[in-house]
Amino acid sequence: MMLRITKLDKHFGGVYAVHDCTFDIKEGTITSIIGPNGAGKTTLFNLITGILPPDKGSVRFKNQNITGFKPYKVARAGISRTFQLAKVFKNLTVRDNLLLASNVNDAELKKILAHVHYGRELDTLAGELSYGQQRLVEIARALLFPHSLLMLDEPTAGVNPKVRQELKQILTRLKKQGSTIVLIEHDMDFVMSISDRVIVLNEGTVLTSGTPAQVRKNPKVLEAYLGK
Amino acid sequence: MKVLFGVNLDVHPGEIAVLIGPNGAGKSTVLKSIFNLCEIRKGSIVYKGKDITRLPTHERILLGISIVPQGRQVFSNLTVRENLEMGAYLTKDADLRETRLAEVLQHFPELKPKLDHNAYTLSGGQQQMLAMARGLMQDPQLLLLDEPSLGLAPKILKDLFTRIHGINQEGCAILMVEQNAKAACAIADHIFVLEEGKVALHGDKRVLKHEKIKNIYLGGHGH
Repeated sequence: MMLRITKLDKHFGGVYAVHDCTFDIKEGTITSIIGPNGAGKTTLFNLITGILPPDKGSVRFKNQNITGFKPYKVARAGISRTFQLAKVFKNLTVRDNLLLASNVNDAELKKILAHVHYGRELDTLAGELSYGQQRLVEIARALLFPHSLLMLDEPTAGVNPKVRQELKQILTRLKKQGSTIVLIEHDMDFVMSISDRVIVLNEGTVLTSGTPAQVRKNPKVLEAYLGK
Repeated sequence: MKVLFGVNLDVHPGEIAVLIGPNGAGKSTVLKSIFNLCEIRKGSIVYKGKDITRLPTHERILLGISIVPQGRQVFSNLTVRENLEMGAYLTKDADLRETRLAEVLQHFPELKPKLDHNAYTLSGGQQQMLAMARGLMQDPQLLLLDEPSLGLAPKILKDLFTRIHGINQEGCAILMVEQNAKAACAIADHIFVLEEGKVALHGDKRVLKHEKIKNIYLGGHGH
């Protein structure tokens, strides 16, 4: 098992953001976490990656208990992630942002940036880029960072349709090479076409999970999330 | 850094114009220019027959232009109500602010039970709704929307463009940047495609069928 989440709880004041949340992620699969706005998807990512400590429950990653690990320790254990709103170092160049993930040469950097259709120079300050381009740089950085689990929070948000298609191909290729990928996503075409498994989160807890086809037909999912 | 090169763009009263294009094409910069959030080297911006190119931002707001910036940008440590009141900062009449608040909440009823909650307790999608509601507080005649669909769940997304259309039906012209091209263009009167800082194409919905669009923007088998 790549990742095992057991009875995870997190509340903010009187509100449970994540409640009694349990699921497994199998190695070499692409799993999408979907659910209404406010379901607790991003909080869940933050609990797994150590941005927030859980109140209860455990996170196991490759047979290691990483519950409550600091973010850098989670990263060193082999989890690479992106954020819902791009987090790049705005006062660093695109090159330096990427070198923080992995010490590779310019040719390698250009290759990964070409994949995400990044169209500017490596010397550009990340803060000068448009929002969408900052996201592309962030995704490239997450891909470059040595990992066995990749966690992407809404990778297609703010990204143009052409790059979305390219992202699909990148993720499928990574899976073939043995990567395990978990993503939070609202683009249903994207989710349904690349996921092995879909987990539906609602009010902090797993509403249902299954193959894209199973989830799409589930009346509870239609009610809570997709709309009729 | 030069971002825009000789962009010409008209938005007519009461219409919905949509600006689409690849990441980094300069879409947000067009909106920022109209709101005076970036330096304009050349060219002019005319609003209702008046040259506003050098007009400070707060005076543009008073003329009826509002913006909903990209990536929410709500005040996390203020309540939802306070965020909305900030949207009507230039309205000194408290009664009028209350009236606007009630009107705006009709478009975004999900914010009603949250009025006294701090904005950081809202989910990403709810914050997006708050940002849009705040943009309406000044009762704009031209509303600039920078990717309103960002981070919204499908059920709300379907509804979002209906709401934008509803806002428009009350007489507010809209200039919207969107990556969700199909849904945005479905309610648009006029579509502009920006590529590398220039208007590559513009026209009505038929623009989306253009071969060039597929190449520069949609990619592969469209969207």
